Amino acid sequence: MSDELDKLKAAMQSADAKVDEAAQMRAIDAGMEAFEENFQGSADDARLTREQTRWWALISRGVIDMLKPLTSRQILMATASLATIALAVVLTGQYNAPNYETGEVFAVSEAKIDALGRERAAIDGEVAVMVFESAEMAAAPVMSMAAPSPMASSRLLGVADALFEAPKLYQQTTERFPDVDMNPLKITAQDPVSTFSIDVDTASYAFVRSSILGGNLPPSDAVRTEEMINYFAYDYPVPARADIPFTTSITIMDTPWNPDTKLLHIGIKGYELAIEDRPPVNLVFLIDTSGSMQDKDKLPLLVNSFRLMLANLQPDDKVAIVTYAGNAGTVLEPTEASNKAKILESLENLYAGGSTAGQAGLRQAYALAEQMADGNEATSRVILATDGDFNVGISDPEALKEFIADKRESGVYLSVLGFGRGNYNDALMQALAQNGNGTAAYIDTLAEAQKVLVDQLGGALFTIAQDVKIQVEFNPAEIAEYRLIGYETRALNREDFNNDAVDAGDIGAGHTVTAIYEITPVGSPAVMVDELRYGTDEVGGLNTGEYAFLKLRYKNPGEEVSNLITTPILPNADAGLGGEAQFAAAVAGFGQILRGDTLMHGWEISDARALAQASKGEDRFGYRSELITLMRLAESLN
Amino acid sequence: MYMETSDEILVARAANGDGGAFRSLLQRHYATIFRLGFRVLGNREDAEDLAQDICAALPRKLATFKGHARFTTWLHKIVINAARDLIRRKQATRRKASGWGEAEVLRRNEAVETKAELDWLSNAMTTMPQDLRETVALVLGEDMTHGQAAEVLDLSEGTISWRMSEVKKILRGIAKKEEML
Repeated sequence: MSDELDKLKAAMQSADAKVDEAAQMRAIDAGMEAFEENFQGSADDARLTREQTRWWALISRGVIDMLKPLTSRQILMATASLATIALAVVLTGQYNAPNYETGEVFAVSEAKIDALGRERAAIDGEVAVMVFESAEMAAAPVMSMAAPSPMASSRLLGVADALFEAPKLYQQTTERFPDVDMNPLKITAQDPVSTFSIDVDTASYAFVRSSILGGNLPPSDAVRTEEMINYFAYDYPVPARADIPFTTSITIMDTPWNPDTKLLHIGIKGYELAIEDRPPVNLVFLIDTSGSMQDKDKLPLLVNSFRLMLANLQPDDKVAIVTYAGNAGTVLEPTEASNKAKILESLENLYAGGSTAGQAGLRQAYALAEQMADGNEATSRVILATDGDFNVGISDPEALKEFIADKRESGVYLSVLGFGRGNYNDALMQALAQNGNGTAAYIDTLAEAQKVLVDQLGGALFTIAQDVKIQVEFNPAEIAEYRLIGYETRALNREDFNNDAVDAGDIGAGHTVTAIYEITPVGSPAVMVDELRYGTDEVGGLNTGEYAFLKLRYKNPGEEVSNLITTPILPNADAGLGGEAQFAAAVAGFGQILRGDTLMHGWEISDARALAQASKGEDRFGYRSELITLMRLAESLN
Repeated sequence: MYMETSDEILVARAANGDGGAFRSLLQRHYATIFRLGFRVLGNREDAEDLAQDICAALPRKLATFKGHARFTTWLHKIVINAARDLIRRKQATRRKASGWGEAEVLRRNEAVETKAELDWLSNAMTTMPQDLRETVALVLGEDMTHGQAAEVLDLSEGTISWRMSEVKKILRGIAKKEEML
C-alpha cells in the first residue's frame, strides 16, 4: 500500500470515535422495541390447524357478503387503514389510481367500499375486494418496499372474492396459503417432546411444480415440505398381515447439508389392499361449475380426470354428481359404476358459467352420500372439485368446517381436489380435507390425475388407520437440539397426543408417510445454543444411549379408542431403506431451500438434485425423474 | 466443544421470534454499525442516530436476509445505504452538510493527537466525493480487501481498485498544495 493510503488509514483509525455506551444502549432498546412490535401476536398456540383464522375472521364479518352480488375481476380495493393504502400501492408498483378500462388497482377506505361497489356495479357489475387486517398491515409496507419478500407478499393473499378471468397479477395475489412460520430449532433440555399429526396431502408438491414449470419459484408459504416428501411413494417394508395396519421404519442417517447433525427418518407404510379385495365405495362428486372453472386446466381437465378414475372403479361402486354455482343441483342420481355410459354422459354435459350462488350444494352432496350409504357396507366419500370458490351454500367458513367435521363422525368423508391457478385457495382446501378425514390434492395435469385418482385410488378411498399422531421424546443426554422438517400446519400440543378426541391425519391403503427430524447430538460443533453457565448437569440420567423414544397412536377405522405403539430410537438405528431415505432427505432439503430455510449451510438445489439423482432407485412411474427435472429448472430460476 | 453461535444462526433464531438472539446480534454488531457510519458521515451525532435507526429497522429487514451473503456483508450494505439516505435527506432539507467539514466535532476525540493531522484528514475526506469516501471507509477503515468492499457496494473488484487509485491522486493533490503553501 502506498504512503498516502497508509497515512489516511492511520489518521482514520486514530480519529476513530469510541462507542458511546449510552447511545449503544438507546439503540439496542430501540431495536428490541421494534423487534417486539414485529413479532407481537405471531405466537399462535400449537394445535392441529383446522383454520387460518385471519382471513376467515374478516370474511365472516360480512364484508364479503356485502359485496357478493358484485363479484368481479378488475378492481382490487383495500379496506381499513392508511397503512393499507400504502401497501396496495406498493404491491402493484406502478398503479395507484383506478382505471376502469384496464382494471388497474387502487385502494380505498372501508367506508367507501359500499358506494364504490355500487358505482362499479352500475358500470359492469364486477368488483373484487382485497381485505386486509389493519394491524398487520401497519408493519408490512416498509418491508415490502425494501424488497418484496415472500413474507410480505404472503400477507397480500387475503383476497375476498373469486377473481374471474383475472389478469396474471391478480391471479397471483388471490392464491391463499396458510401463513405459518417454519418449525424453530428446539433445545432438548427445555423442550424434549415433539408432537404432530401425520399428513398425507400432496397438494403443495403439485402446486410447487406448477409454479416452477410456469417459470417462477413458488411463494415460500406455498411450500409444505412434508407434502413434498409425501408426494412420493417409498419402498418401505410392507405390513405382513391386515390386522397390523402399518409398519414403522426408523433410520438415523447423516444430514446432507450439515456434517455435524443427523437426520432421524421415520417411515410409515400402510397395508396394501388388493384392488379386487376392496369393499365397494360410494362417491359423490361435488363439482364447482362457477364461471372461473371454464379454463382448460379446470373443468375440462376435471372431466378427463374423472373419466380416468371411472375406468378403475369396480362394477358395484356407485357414483353421483352434484354441481354448485352456475348450474346448481344434482346432475346424476346415484348410479352403478358399471353404467359407464350414463355417468360419462352427465360428466360431459357439465359446463361452467354464471356466478349465481349454488344453493346448498354441499348439503345436497352429503344427503346423497348418506342415502347411498344406507343399508350397505360401502364407505361413502364426497369429492369436492374446485378452483377455490367455496360458495357451496354455507357461507361462513367456520360453519362449513364444523359441518364437515360433523359429517365425518357419521362416516361420510371428504376429499378435496384443487384445480387451476388464479384464485386457488390452498389454506381452506387443506383445512376442509383435514376436517373431513380426507386428502387434499392439487391436479394440474392429466398425469397428476392419473397418480391421485388411479394409481393411488386405494389410498384415497380406503382409510386403514385414523387419527395417526406421532410423539417423539428426545433424550437430552444424547441430543442437544432438534427440529422437525415440515409439518408446521400439523403441530399438536403435547397433551393432545393421548387425547383421543383430538383429530389427526389418516393413512390410506398403501400410503407411505415420512417424517424427518434434524437432530444435533450433544457435543457436536453444530450445537447452536450455548450451554447455560448456571444450568444443572442432571440431564437424562436414565436410558443413556437412546437418542429418543417414539410413540405412535392410531385408531382402527371407525373405532373410538386409540392404540399405542412405542419404540426406542438408538444411535445406530437403520431400517435398511438405503436410497429411499436418501431420496426423502433430498426432497426435504429441496423443500427447505424453497421455503428459505437459513440453516442449510450453503447446500443448494444442485446438491439436492445430485442426491436425488443418486438415490432415484427404480422410479417406476417416473415421478422422481420429474422432480429432478424440476430441481434443474428451479436452479435456473434461483 | 461449543463454538460461538454464528451470526447466521442468530439471524435464523431472531427471524423466528427469539428476542435473546436478536439482542445478541445488536450487541455484537453495534460497534461496527456505528464505526462505519461515523467514517462515512464524519459526525458522531449523525452516526449515533444512524446506528439507532438501523437497530430499529433490523427486525423487519431480517426477513430479507436470505443467507446468500455473510451477515456482516449484508449489514455493511445496510449501513452504507442508510448513510446515503441520510446524506440525501440532509441535502434535500438544504442544511449545510455537516460531517467531515466540521473539524471541531473530531477535535473532541482525545485520540486525535494533533490538530494538524485532524485537519489533514478532514480536508482529505471532504475533498473526496461520497463514493470514494464509502470506499475508503470500507477498505482502510474496516480493513477489507477490494473484493469484500466490492461485494458490499455491489461493484466489481476493478472498480474498487480504480477508486482507490483515485483516492491516491486526491491525496497527492492535497500534498502538492501543502508544499506550495
